[in-house]
Amino acid sequence: MTEIQAGTGVAETAAPGSQQVPAIELDNVVKEYTSHGEVVRAVKGVSLSIAEGEFFSLLGPSGCGKTTSMRMIAGFEDPTQGVVRLHGQDVTSVPPNKRDVNMVFQSYALFPHMSVWENVAFGLKRKNVDAAEIKRRVGEILEVVDLTGREKRRPREMSGGQQQRVALARALVNRPRALLLDEPLGALDLKLRQAMQIELKRIQRDVGITFVYVTHDQGEALTMSDRIAVMNDGLVDQLADPREIYERPATKFVAGFIGTSNLLSGVVQEVTGSTAVLALGPSDRVVISTETPVAVGDSVELTVRPEKITIATEQPAGDRSVVRGTVSEVVYLGTSNNYAVVLADGAEITVFQQNAHDSTITAERGDTVWLSWQPQHSYVLR
Amino acid sequence: MRTLRARLTPYALVLPGGLWLAIFFVIPTLVMLSLSLQSGNVVDGFAFTWNWHSYVDGITTYHNQIVRSLLYGLSATIIQIVIGFPVAYWIAFKGGSRKSVYLFLVLLPFLVSFVLRTISWQFLLSDNGILLGPLKSLGVLPQDFHILATPYAVIGGLSYNFLPFMILPMYVALERIDPRLLEAAQDLYASKVQTFLRVVLPLSLPGVFAGVLMTFVPASSDYVNSSVLGGTNTTMIGNVIQNQFLVNQDYPVASALSFTLMALLLVGIFVYARALGTEDVLEVAAR
Repeated sequence: MTEIQAGTGVAETAAPGSQQVPAIELDNVVKEYTSHGEVVRAVKGVSLSIAEGEFFSLLGPSGCGKTTSMRMIAGFEDPTQGVVRLHGQDVTSVPPNKRDVNMVFQSYALFPHMSVWENVAFGLKRKNVDAAEIKRRVGEILEVVDLTGREKRRPREMSGGQQQRVALARALVNRPRALLLDEPLGALDLKLRQAMQIELKRIQRDVGITFVYVTHDQGEALTMSDRIAVMNDGLVDQLADPREIYERPATKFVAGFIGTSNLLSGVVQEVTGSTAVLALGPSDRVVISTETPVAVGDSVELTVRPEKITIATEQPAGDRSVVRGTVSEVVYLGTSNNYAVVLADGAEITVFQQNAHDSTITAERGDTVWLSWQPQHSYVLR
Repeated sequence: MRTLRARLTPYALVLPGGLWLAIFFVIPTLVMLSLSLQSGNVVDGFAFTWNWHSYVDGITTYHNQIVRSLLYGLSATIIQIVIGFPVAYWIAFKGGSRKSVYLFLVLLPFLVSFVLRTISWQFLLSDNGILLGPLKSLGVLPQDFHILATPYAVIGGLSYNFLPFMILPMYVALERIDPRLLEAAQDLYASKVQTFLRVVLPLSLPGVFAGVLMTFVPASSDYVNSSVLGGTNTTMIGNVIQNQFLVNQDYPVASALSFTLMALLLVGIFVYARALGTEDVLEVAAR
């Protein structure tokens, strides 16, 4: 595998702990459109700081402003307010062809009238790199994306996965300061998508370039990212590493968008030191931490991940959080059993039970069951 | 039974159009080919004699008109590309939700008959008409200035009359270009001009090619513009053919001239297609 050295600045990445200028900064960026006479706020004030060499994802449903945010980094959209900085330099009004970032488009946007080689060499030619250097670098990058020998092909003669790799090579060959990827795997089927996720991660490690990855696929974001910004309705709801996002979702939206999560609500019954007890149903007892201060009588929403919950047909003892419900559905998934349990207040809770030891189903449809989990697995939502 | 029907269906679909073309194009063409090799006159009748003289006579007598026709056709085609491309480009990329309105406006002149449009040009360009009259009375132009009966009038008329045939195929080609390709080019450091030259232009060439075919061929063989807007010095081969057929009734020479023109156009198109045509043109442009 060819080692690619990225452009200036990347060499410093190796020095750990050195004070660095962020690769990309969005400083309170707002984007408004006028559509049919109405002002639409696509991005409502986003501030991000993406470190050199980081694999950073912008995750959210369609219309959350993630693509618009990325397009402002690339220069295709002018922010209505705010500042975009690349390596500390204000590029807010710099056109895309003068920005040292490259983009991998959602549908690849390969030039159909050019061969693979011409597509990949396009950027270098525009930068007037000399012919021998172009030849060397295009050859190198085609090796990285495993397309050596296909230089003369036209994009339409290639499979989706190959086109994807051409698009990647076309951007990476320029050794940009950052690579922007707009749902690059969206058009691929599941198997290929999973293979490309690993491939992308490998390439990113090899070239050491900052990746900004836009996706609506939470699994993809969790798998590949160093950090994720979960966006919702034009704002960043949570910015953290994948584990934090999954384990400690900050908002109801993040909890609902990432993985499967169960939402519970109850009223604080008593507060003792670092814990508080919520009342849900008559035989329920949910313990939460008072990291977020609560008072008796407060209404609180919390989330619990399905795999943290234990299902039992008898009331468990100890200080675990316990709720009682009725099994409404049992789905056998091979690696796990999936239960849907309806609580007294009507809330539906999903429980994953791993088939770790044997595949016995603990409860059947209609059974009354107790669900329990460790107190630290309850997350109070803001 | 079903499979037989399934196999016959494509032929059944092509049959009406095929018959139409066979009856109204192939047969008359063959008849004309035969006529061009006959000798005789209207009074005594014509007989097939492998008489190549009609070709020789036609070409020696009228080679000026043939060359002129091709030149006028070429000039009109170039003018139409120059005028039409920006229009097609603008509608395709800046037309927004009103694209179909603009296209309709481009096609609007077609609602008026071809001859009538040309006559209206004659009216506009006449020596003391709406355009030249005021300019002459203001002294901007000399009294004896005229446009009618000059090559400019004929080429102008040809350019005007066939312009929609140039704009439409170019529009179709431009409209099919994914705007993200333009963004990709910009993202890869191309300036606006480079984006146009490297991406937009090569991808629009198939449309330009089609437009050239659809305008150069009818413009070169046109006779209406020359007879309405031109004079004795602007006679095109179409006028000669028409005259030979309808006035002199020298069918063999008229047919021979028609075939000569057809052959020249076919050779021209073939050379043009080889030089610019399909994939090759794109490859050349991409370099």
